[in-house]
Amino acid sequence: MNTDGDLLHTVTTDNISDSRKRLGKLMVWGTALFCVMLALQQTIYQSGRASIGFETWRPILYAYMLWATALCAAQVIVNGEKGKRTLFVLPAALFVISLVVFPLLFALYISFTDWNLASPKGPQPNGWDNLVQMWNDSFYWNALTNMVYYVLAVSVEYVIAFGLALLLNAQISARKFFRIVFLLPLMLSPVAVSWMIGKSMLEVRFGPISRIIRDLGGEPTFFGNPEIARFMIMAMDAWTFIPFMMIMLLAGLQALPSEVLEASKVDGASGWQSFKEIIFPLMLPVSVTAVVIRIIFKLKLADIIINVTSGGPGGATDSVTSFIFREYRDRSNVGYGTLLAMVYLVLIVIFVTLLLKLVSRWMERPA
Amino acid sequence: MNAIFKDHEVSLRVQTKWWTNRIAIYATLLIWAAICLFPIFWTITTSFKLAPDVMKGNLIPWWDFTPRWKGWESIGLSPRLIGEVSTVREEFFKRFWNSTVVSISASLLAVILGSLAAYGLSRFSYRFGFMKNSDISFFFLSQMILPPVVLALPFLVLYKSLGLLDSRIGLILLYTLMVLPIVIWIMRDQFQGIPIELEEAALVDGLGIWGAFLQIVMPIALPGMVAAFILSLVLCWNEYFFAALLTSTNATTLPVMVASQTGSQGINWWSMAALSSAAILPLVIVAIVLEKYIIKGMAAGAVK
Repeated sequence: MNTDGDLLHTVTTDNISDSRKRLGKLMVWGTALFCVMLALQQTIYQSGRASIGFETWRPILYAYMLWATALCAAQVIVNGEKGKRTLFVLPAALFVISLVVFPLLFALYISFTDWNLASPKGPQPNGWDNLVQMWNDSFYWNALTNMVYYVLAVSVEYVIAFGLALLLNAQISARKFFRIVFLLPLMLSPVAVSWMIGKSMLEVRFGPISRIIRDLGGEPTFFGNPEIARFMIMAMDAWTFIPFMMIMLLAGLQALPSEVLEASKVDGASGWQSFKEIIFPLMLPVSVTAVVIRIIFKLKLADIIINVTSGGPGGATDSVTSFIFREYRDRSNVGYGTLLAMVYLVLIVIFVTLLLKLVSRWMERPA
Repeated sequence: MNAIFKDHEVSLRVQTKWWTNRIAIYATLLIWAAICLFPIFWTITTSFKLAPDVMKGNLIPWWDFTPRWKGWESIGLSPRLIGEVSTVREEFFKRFWNSTVVSISASLLAVILGSLAAYGLSRFSYRFGFMKNSDISFFFLSQMILPPVVLALPFLVLYKSLGLLDSRIGLILLYTLMVLPIVIWIMRDQFQGIPIELEEAALVDGLGIWGAFLQIVMPIALPGMVAAFILSLVLCWNEYFFAALLTSTNATTLPVMVASQTGSQGINWWSMAALSSAAILPLVIVAIVLEKYIIKGMAAGAVK
């Protein structure tokens, strides 16, 4: 895959006059200056040293958007044809940078403050206190350990998804029906799922599953016992997301070269042999993509936990996200919560980078 | 030939093996289909139950319980109440409308921004400072690993000062950000599959690069764009975390409404079930009608 090459090469003779260039630069710097001035004025106003100002910061947002538009327009005005090419990527890049990079920097700042939304003082920098608190917070470490279990559960989901994809790829009738039915869980919102399954079907008194267990002579507990509760959360999450991996794997199976499969059949390979020696190795790249993306989604797991167990019993089902959600919701601890989130981000980045490195090294030497 | 050998011992063995194989495949498929469908069936039937039906665990409508509209009445959507004024129904439709507006606009914005970026990255070579094309692509795609919880609190404070808290625009911006990497991922794959010769011909014929994109490439890539749009729509419609943190009264979406009712309803399962069914039905219909596009969207990028 060649992404660095200049695939669509255009040669243009742009004669851009100096005055046009000056106009473009003026637009960018003028609007930028305007935006900064407004922001300064607003800061002074909010600190109480000036009488003119806005009620909210919204006008600064508009000024910022004006600057962004001017920057895009100036690309064409200053650079001509080359600018038109830049214009493809620039809006998305500006959008992502302003919505990710600035908030992240801001998050970095608040994560080293003792900000509690309930306290009237506002953010006060408190150095390494939050980090020390995190180090001693056994619930956070517990949530991180839970995340390890949750990520490990992806392997089971992968096996099931692969099996289903193989079945859907077999010679069956009503394939379209099965494909739609298997896809349905992915369409449902995790919140609805947590009521449908977690709160009603798994309800201890009247839920259908508890009824079956009681008929079989067991005593149903789903969210009382830590291990079972964690397993139930995993199962619900798996239920919604297995279709996701299944469809990616199915697409991979359908793209397999049929000559190879036929050749293996002619050579007398049994079903299991052709799976082990041909299908699985050929499917490795797709499998790796599906698993990596699934892991990335899994790291964000929260909705079901928040709505079904809110982390209970005793934090046994907490994921990092749901833990921080409660830290904010129940205690308004913005500073500490943000620090936990930032630490989590660092851990994720390290983990995913290592994962991708490992995968790419492993893929270069196929087994 | 076949008729002669049909009763031979070997061919009989092959036949039984084939049949057991078939039965095993269909049995597994049916079991998994039941696992997928039962919760949906359960929710929809429960919305027509009354308290005794819930407690007795009746399952099959008309056979062991008579369907009643009680659950749907609690959100004002039963035949009896449909003509009357109902505050609950208005509340429900307000949330429904919020969800619709937010998810459609966010997906649309993401598809526009994402397609442009993906097209640019698949056709031209850029250099922003030290960043080349592959770095820019990586920058966009790496947003996928950003956990929402990292952005949530800064955005809460930021939106508070911008006056965007509890507004649809705030949610739209965040949702666009959330699905943008996925759109770029799908669309880059789509554009790489379109031969460059098409645009070269268009350029020779006198179109500019934007003209070539809008008139030649866009129509070809349209199915891919629809796929990306539908996938974004599903993700935005179901999003709960940001909506729960950043909205309170005006802009709350359906998942927030469902979540806020779960705790308070107790054993009033019929009303929760009606609400859940109403929240999931639009996407169930989307899945049934547009299944092709959803699968196309998810398959893109899986197969290089």
